Amino acid sequence: MAKKMHETPNLDQLESGPWPSFVTGLKRLAQDNDMMVDLLGQLEHSYQTRKGYWKGGTVGVFGYGGGVIPRFSEVASMFPESSEFHTLRIMPPAGMHYNTDILRKFCDIWERHGSGLIAFHGQSGDIMFQGISSDNVQPAFDELNELGFDMGGAGPAVRTSMSCVGAARCEQSCYDEGKALRMVVNNFLDDMHRPALPYKFKFKFSGCPNDCVNSIQRADMAVIGTWRDNMRVDEGLARKWYAKHGMDDLVNNVISRCPTKAITLKESAKVAKGERISAVAVSDTHSVEVDNSNCVRCMHCINVMTGALATGTDKGVSVLVGGKRTLKIGDLMGTMVVPFMKLETEEDFEALVELAGNMIDFFAENALEHERTGEMIERIGLVNFLEGIGLDIDPNMVNYPRTNPYVRMDGWDEEVAKIKQKQASAA
Amino acid sequence: MAEMRQPIESGVPDHVQYLHPLMKKNYGNWKYHDRPRPGVLHHVAHNGDQIWTVKAGTQRQMDLYTIRKLCDIADKFAEGHVRFTTRSNIEYMVSDEKKVAPLVAELTNSGFPVGGTGNSVSMIAHTQGWLHCDIPGTDASGAVKALMDELHHEFINEEMPHRVKITTSCCEINCGGQGDIAIVIQHTKPPKINHDLVANACERPTVVARCPVAAIRPALVNGKPSLEVDEKKCICCGACYPPCPPMQINDPEHSKFAIWVGGKNANARGKPTFHKMVAAGIPNNPPRWPEVAEVVKKILHAYKEDAHPWERTSDWIDRIGWPRFFEKTGLPFVKYMIDDWRGSRASLNASAHVRF
Ligand code: SF4
Ligand code: SF4
Repeated sequence: MAKKMHETPNLDQLESGPWPSFVTGLKRLAQDNDMMVDLLGQLEHSYQTRKGYWKGGTVGVFGYGGGVIPRFSEVASMFPESSEFHTLRIMPPAGMHYNTDILRKFCDIWERHGSGLIAFHGQSGDIMFQGISSDNVQPAFDELNELGFDMGGAGPAVRTSMSCVGAARCEQSCYDEGKALRMVVNNFLDDMHRPALPYKFKFKFSGCPNDCVNSIQRADMAVIGTWRDNMRVDEGLARKWYAKHGMDDLVNNVISRCPTKAITLKESAKVAKGERISAVAVSDTHSVEVDNSNCVRCMHCINVMTGALATGTDKGVSVLVGGKRTLKIGDLMGTMVVPFMKLETEEDFEALVELAGNMIDFFAENALEHERTGEMIERIGLVNFLEGIGLDIDPNMVNYPRTNPYVRMDGWDEEVAKIKQKQASAA
Repeated sequence: MAEMRQPIESGVPDHVQYLHPLMKKNYGNWKYHDRPRPGVLHHVAHNGDQIWTVKAGTQRQMDLYTIRKLCDIADKFAEGHVRFTTRSNIEYMVSDEKKVAPLVAELTNSGFPVGGTGNSVSMIAHTQGWLHCDIPGTDASGAVKALMDELHHEFINEEMPHRVKITTSCCEINCGGQGDIAIVIQHTKPPKINHDLVANACERPTVVARCPVAAIRPALVNGKPSLEVDEKKCICCGACYPPCPPMQINDPEHSKFAIWVGGKNANARGKPTFHKMVAAGIPNNPPRWPEVAEVVKKILHAYKEDAHPWERTSDWIDRIGWPRFFEKTGLPFVKYMIDDWRGSRASLNASAHVRF
């Protein structure tokens, strides 16, 4: 075990500078791991020729159809020890919390079976155990699996999910993100481990509309915390904020940045009264007043005046569908399909799982091969999708109604009658 | 054959077992937070409990010695618990303010920059690249290391108008995601087809269906079934390459970088936005990609000078307008930036609004 190191003049230049160097890490591993010696050689070769040299293949573990990312080298004759350099995608705990005990166990396992290189985390949220030969995949997985960790998703499957830090350490959190993630994903493990969907399906869970896990742009189903009632206020913290920041900041950075002009500055004596008003004094003379019925829960003022203004207590989630990255028709944002649902009781969580199941079923049956949910919705129209999964339409789903007359509307009277009937039975 | 072990299909593990005890105790009960210094968060619960978080940058692709080192720091200077952010920063939680300064010092001395909070430039979200991807046009870890070296000051300080999120991607799929600044490979030449290999390596109808502009058709080349690309139609997206590796799209010279700005995932103030292309034709120049860094720094410099507090790049450009963005950054506005893809007319100025 002490293969001679390849010359790496390019990679060597990535060892200097203040940011931690992965090259230094790879070299350290190479001191007693020949696979890393050749991996460094191949990487240097890529740097010199400006090309990648990995190809896919088929590698897996017993009982599962996915989760291992196979990598075989196209330049194995030059770098034989890293000719197989697969990755295990392992699902982290929601919020990516660890103690040192479990991290050390990961290291020990990967030292015995793999290259010693681990990425926390891949873009889908997996722990990426990078660099292992085909023969070692099964024993390494078995040991990780015995620790209580399971394979993530790859290919046309439900993928590993992500949630923000949320309830664990964030005052903006509007639901138990970790519980929601775990319940939803663990209900679709078959669709994760035995890939048979038209294409990938991703869930992401953000605790509030700050959307720290980028769910609207990246998830087929985005679950985002929100609230229906009035903002909470704390006068002590509001006065403290104002004393530190002053009137300019309050006006320019809070009041005038509200997208719907729902927050205003008032002389305290003139603050409006009303069920949907939250108001808090920032000084002896002035207050900020929030018209909660026109607040779109953008989070801006709450971010700026954390604690002085806070989310309400009648919390729940909004659900958006169809976000995705570029291929094939261009980037798509998710679309609001459930403006609000509670997420507190076991039944609430089960309703979320059921909604997710309906979406996956509809996707499995209706999407074309290699088509994401957003692309399918673009092809069939949002209304067909909603009818397919049994959701009622809502004006919150659009930026604005149709701007062209090109539509068949024979059913107008029936549709109006249906809506009136629904309104009557809700009243 | 020996009996195979059945996997325990346990799914996502329970995160609660790994939480810092104070986070477990105050789960869902936090009241507010502030930032005593860059890289440190201080959260206060409704019952008055307090927790301090120290955030530090990592190289993401970590050797186990680095991970063990991070664990040693957690055991000696923190309380044995860590978490990672979506941008691969590590966070240490402590229950006593007195532990913050020694922890910051130890991380800094061990080469892990403390920062990434508030109005800083956080760690770059990135992908795998040459290290492990099967279709990359460039490397990810190396490009990010080189850029973060340049942006180190902005990571450990909070001097930007608002937070800045940068992403990189080694192909046009853009796995790195939306960003205030996104650095993405942009191919400029159609795939070069190795016709000898197509018949064996590719499912031809799948490849034909993958092309967004229907530029691919089945063809007989030298008597063998292969594929043909209408090079005039081809937009060089590389979508055909993953299902058909003999359609080589990566080119050491002609695969360039494009830079995009104004992506925002938060709903704060305006709705989320996609990033927009503002530069391209930048060479793929390892090991340090200096031409990329130059453009990124130009944009960051203009933003830092000109944006108001709480303006992300998208808010800033909304206020000043695109002509002034190009003026202030000195980047040329080129005809390829006028969108002609589906839905593109919505991106044109249908008004008399002009800033003089
Ligand atoms: S959270 Fe509501 S009130 Fe505050 S800035 Fe956003 S829309 Fe306005
Ligand atoms: S590179 Fe893109 S546009 Fe060109 S042939 Fe391939 S899939 Fe079609």
